[in-house]
Amino acid sequence: MSATPRSKVEMASLVAADIPEGWHVNLGIGLPTLVADHIPDGREIIFHSENGILGMGPQPSENELDTWLVNAGKQNVTLVPGASLFHHADSFAMIRGGHIDLCVLGAFEIAENGDIANWTTEANDRVPAVGGAMDLAAGARNVWVMTTHTTREGAPKLVSRCAYPLTAGGAVKRIYSDLATIEVTPDGFLVTAMVDGLSRAELEARTGAPLRFA
Amino acid sequence: MIDKEVASFAEALAGISDGASVMIGGFGAVGQPNALIAALTEIGVKDLTVIANNAGFEPEIGLGLLIGSGIVSKIICSFPRGSSAFDQRYRAGEIELEVVPQGTLAERIRAAGAGIPAFYTATSAGTRIGEGKEVRRFNGRDHVLETALNADVALIQAWNADRWGNLTYRGSGRNFNPIMAMAAKLTVAQTQTIVALGDIRPDDVVTPGIFVDRVLRVDAGDPPAAATGR
Repeated sequence: MSATPRSKVEMASLVAADIPEGWHVNLGIGLPTLVADHIPDGREIIFHSENGILGMGPQPSENELDTWLVNAGKQNVTLVPGASLFHHADSFAMIRGGHIDLCVLGAFEIAENGDIANWTTEANDRVPAVGGAMDLAAGARNVWVMTTHTTREGAPKLVSRCAYPLTAGGAVKRIYSDLATIEVTPDGFLVTAMVDGLSRAELEARTGAPLRFA
Repeated sequence: MIDKEVASFAEALAGISDGASVMIGGFGAVGQPNALIAALTEIGVKDLTVIANNAGFEPEIGLGLLIGSGIVSKIICSFPRGSSAFDQRYRAGEIELEVVPQGTLAERIRAAGAGIPAFYTATSAGTRIGEGKEVRRFNGRDHVLETALNADVALIQAWNADRWGNLTYRGSGRNFNPIMAMAAKLTVAQTQTIVALGDIRPDDVVTPGIFVDRVLRVDAGDPPAAATGR
């Protein structure tokens, strides 16, 4: 493959550019948190954190540090003007009740019907833990996935059917991989953008399910 | 005169017995009643079932300390990772684990406090965690039946309190504390300050005193700084 994959920052910038003004957005732990740093200037997006924050701002500078404020990843964060604080039942009512417009998640696998597996690989060395992943995947109005197109070993992450235990069924609407942007439609994966220099055959070879091209 | 303020850890934790279910508030280092937890390890109870979001982080403080003390036989939580004390006991088969999705955990606790015995949610439908649960279709979508989760005791952390048990919180320290206060037979709040009745503006009360049984002032200071790297 001669094409250069998208960097993490490029992926985050693409996701950020596609979030409409006024949306309430929850960013999953890990790669998706980068999205917050790349929202276009002047666009108001309100970030939600599961542990009871709407209007979450960036990491604090040393003199802004308030150790009473952490995000879902247990990192210290700031609040923007207009922010609000609330308890866990209200926070997940926002998620379950369909008030959160978008959740951006990482994933181990995404199936062509929108199923997502992102909470356990069943590896024996890890204690089972789910956190808020199932609530977010099932409850947010839109679920977008940000991920490398394949695993480190080169196995496809976009597949016909998830082999890992599901987080939620039929949840994912769009995927931003390091190779392509893909809509999940009732007819399966629909590629809407690809990195320069990548051929359709090369993308198909790295994908575990049929692709259609817009 | 109603006075829920207690003067000692012994009074705060009096009546907790072997086998009790204990909810513990907090998320990360914020809003966790560390002083009450430390005291709980020293009153001679065992076989506790703990209900919390995590299973602790550092082994010498909070939930890590509690689990490491060996008096917890079961934990119900959403994310038991990052706790060496828990890992060790879990792998040795010394502690039972029930993993509950975070929002379902919160709503089961809220439901218990609100007198709702069970509810349906789409969360976990069609997944391994939803297996064996009653499924019902609403609006064309599968939902699983989840039951209320109550407890014998809730240990919570507040920011400010009065003698009626009215509570306020600070920052993201609210998290599970207000709903746990509602869901337990005995709710004990560790609070940084206690002020005269009426000094908390009614507009500012987050947990009304009806949900709180005992209040203990503990000058716990600020939580430690958390990781800030993304």
